[in-house]
Amino acid sequence: MNTLSQLKQLEAESIHIFRDAVSQAQNPILLYSIGKDSSVLVRLAQKAFYPGRLPFKLLHIDSTWKFREMIAFRDRFCTEQGLDLIVHSNEQGRADGVNPFDYGSRKYTDLMKTQALLQALKAGKYDLAFGGARRDEEKSRAKERVFSFRDKHQQWDPKSQRPELWNIYNARVNPEESVRVFPLSNWTETDIWQYIRIERIPIVPLYFAAPRPVVERDGQWIMVDDDRMRLHPGEHPVEKVVRFRTLGCYPLTGAVESTATTIEEIVAETLQVRVSERSTRVIDHDGDSSMEQKKREGYF
Amino acid sequence: MSTTDTFLNEHENKHLLRFITCGSVDDGKSTLIGRLLYDSKLIYEDQLSSLQDASEKNGTTGVGEIDYALLLDGLKAEREQGITIDVAYRYFSTPQRKFIIADTPGHEQYTRNMATGASTANLAVILIDARYGVVTQTRRHAFIASLLGIKHLLVAVNKMDIGGYNEETYLTIRQAFSDFAETLDIPDVRFVPISALKGTNVVSRSPDLTPWYTGPALLELLETVDVSQDINTRDFRFPVQVVIRPHLNFRGFAGTVVSGKIKPGERIRVLPSNTTSVVKRIVTADGDLAEAAAPQAVALELADEVDISSGDMIVHDNNLPRVKDRFEAVVIWMSETPLRAGAQYVLRHAGRFVKARVEALLYAIDVNSMQQSAASELSLNNIGRVVVETTQPLFFDPYSENHATGSVVFVDPISNVTAGAAMVTDNVFVDAGAPRVVGDADTLLRDHVERREFHWETGWVSAKDRLVRNRHVGKTVIVTGTSAQAVQTFGKELEQRLFKLNLNSYYLGFSSLSRGLASDVQDNRSERDAQIQRLGELARILTDAGLIFITALPAADAYTIERLRGLNQPNELLVVALGESTKHVVPDAVTIDETLAVERRVDSVLGVLADQRVIPDYCI
Repeated sequence: MNTLSQLKQLEAESIHIFRDAVSQAQNPILLYSIGKDSSVLVRLAQKAFYPGRLPFKLLHIDSTWKFREMIAFRDRFCTEQGLDLIVHSNEQGRADGVNPFDYGSRKYTDLMKTQALLQALKAGKYDLAFGGARRDEEKSRAKERVFSFRDKHQQWDPKSQRPELWNIYNARVNPEESVRVFPLSNWTETDIWQYIRIERIPIVPLYFAAPRPVVERDGQWIMVDDDRMRLHPGEHPVEKVVRFRTLGCYPLTGAVESTATTIEEIVAETLQVRVSERSTRVIDHDGDSSMEQKKREGYF
Repeated sequence: MSTTDTFLNEHENKHLLRFITCGSVDDGKSTLIGRLLYDSKLIYEDQLSSLQDASEKNGTTGVGEIDYALLLDGLKAEREQGITIDVAYRYFSTPQRKFIIADTPGHEQYTRNMATGASTANLAVILIDARYGVVTQTRRHAFIASLLGIKHLLVAVNKMDIGGYNEETYLTIRQAFSDFAETLDIPDVRFVPISALKGTNVVSRSPDLTPWYTGPALLELLETVDVSQDINTRDFRFPVQVVIRPHLNFRGFAGTVVSGKIKPGERIRVLPSNTTSVVKRIVTADGDLAEAAAPQAVALELADEVDISSGDMIVHDNNLPRVKDRFEAVVIWMSETPLRAGAQYVLRHAGRFVKARVEALLYAIDVNSMQQSAASELSLNNIGRVVVETTQPLFFDPYSENHATGSVVFVDPISNVTAGAAMVTDNVFVDAGAPRVVGDADTLLRDHVERREFHWETGWVSAKDRLVRNRHVGKTVIVTGTSAQAVQTFGKELEQRLFKLNLNSYYLGFSSLSRGLASDVQDNRSERDAQIQRLGELARILTDAGLIFITALPAADAYTIERLRGLNQPNELLVVALGESTKHVVPDAVTIDETLAVERRVDSVLGVLADQRVIPDYCI
């Protein structure tokens, strides 16, 4: 009988997806972004293979401009949970001093995130990569498959995606091709928060409101996370009580003014404010359809 | 508890309804979904503001009105074309339920997408434009919904506002659809008159506009339809996905209970090994369970040490699925490369891949008229009924009884694309020892060879291994000509020369065959055919064994040679004709001048074998 609560159904579906993918893959990897969705993704993977260990490693693409608290959380989380973590950065980009200020968000994201990811996937010869994307995040993701096919250049082509029927997934690929698998496809923002709450899943403290040094730029509050932050003439960091709805590279991630220090308060705020979560990501505003463009290029 | 606590806990414990929306172009489907999302207060404000920009660019509604449809079209290409071309999933909830909408296009060529969306749906909302009534597309959508086993249909008669909410219009359409729906296998069909644009009867009833309609609003129906009976609770089926072995003392078989339920202590059987055991524990990360039911994901620990691997299926000992390597199914084709009888695929079924071959395409089904007709192939978006044969038995139930074990996906073995989706049927034509589709001799032979090759089981020594050791590959050589004595002598000569070169050759005289392997053939009329068949099968085996197999067939006709050629597939024959007079019978035979000395004649055949890379050059 169909009496499982919807959250239990989502959990069971995600576990099914993890196990199915592992049964089909030769060399799987989990793309770990440190954010709250990644934390949920890891918890579901642990449940899928309990009482065994995860049959894959975690890969974090370090753009070199992440919030310091994110990196500290990542290292603590992976140690506590006994996870095998691989960290990869675009070393050429780092040597060239690529940064979001001189290169602009689009070019910087391509070099330090998209290219770095492609390098790491190629080097690891992974035929399957788990990711934490959800369909309700952004319009172009509503049509994303759970198992999303990538050609040998790691490119996503909306026309070459495989039909997905029932819960039957097809991860067969030829050499150098791969599949990205999204076990959280059917989870919504509210589902994620409630799951974090009832499962007591650790998340980066930046999600909760605290006094932080910020400057106002293009209508967003940008945190001055370290002394690499370049201030425009007339900009002076001020301390504001803010939190982050999503986490990325600190110069490109806007904070919202908030006093929410618990999940309940965050959800209460979300219900009232009703500003969809990705709107604080600067990269989504590069132009209409920008996320779709980045996906085609290989961005996660 | 704070209101947020309550909100979150209620959200967690809601039940889920997955539904699909289908309609023709311009019947307001996107507007309806947009309205459901909007009115359930899940359209966030920034999406709304970018929507207002987009409405000015591409919108088809009047100035100042929001074009809800633009909320939904995700991909740039289709936004420009103004049509949705794929399945999009949307999420919304009300205090009663959480909903997942599979939004699929109404366009003719996209049967594939609707089937995809319908495969996971409990319910289908079918939109009918009140101005046009039941049209071809309406029937098609209802047919596909019934094909995919959807048990609940919600027919929304839309654009009621245009005709001034005319009750007659609604009743006429309702009657027309009901008449048609009697031919479908959908137990629960309901109707609601709406205007998606104006919001009439969408979220709440609009008695002032449709006083004659006393039923619930569309959203109320979605919130209350009972889908708890849709899942198979009777037959326990557990495809094992992963074996979890953290240490020597624990072996957990992890998978999803796809139907039925299981308790510790119950006796189970494992397929295909047919071993039995008892469930010791039902293990999850949140503690052991006293019972697991579909669709829970768990790990089973058994009382005995049983060898089980990924792809096996655990079932109750007293409730078995069908175990068969031949079955019938209705298939929806989804690939640009058409399905044809004889073609090979890989099937994905219940968590494993199995090699398969389409034995016969029984008929195609017209998606608009539901008429059956003979067909030689199924192209993209075609539907048909097929007989499928697999190299290993599948463990299945008919789709009508169990969606989880009755559903199959066809995968192209070369490109790996998902090529089709199939539902295993109940009444099994193949069980009745049904007559095969009778064809001419050529077709029957080709069919026989395809099937033989499909089931051909090889050992661990590959053709390449044999080549490395033998220094040559296998080959069948047929010697023919007018003089029986001449062809026999030549065949024996060729055998001996090859043997002296340290190559593995064997000569078989035809009388050895007719008195031995083919001695059981009694019927005179088919005697020759039967003998040739045995010779051809033997040639296939000996070629595979790496032998150069030589036989003499004096005065062989073109028919005989063609049959041998067919039977010897996938290997090619070498036909040697002694003398010009035989040449016209077998045009591509290697012709040997009869007047040459025997040694020279053999030399020329060795030359041909070297050219064909059967034997190494240095032998001659």
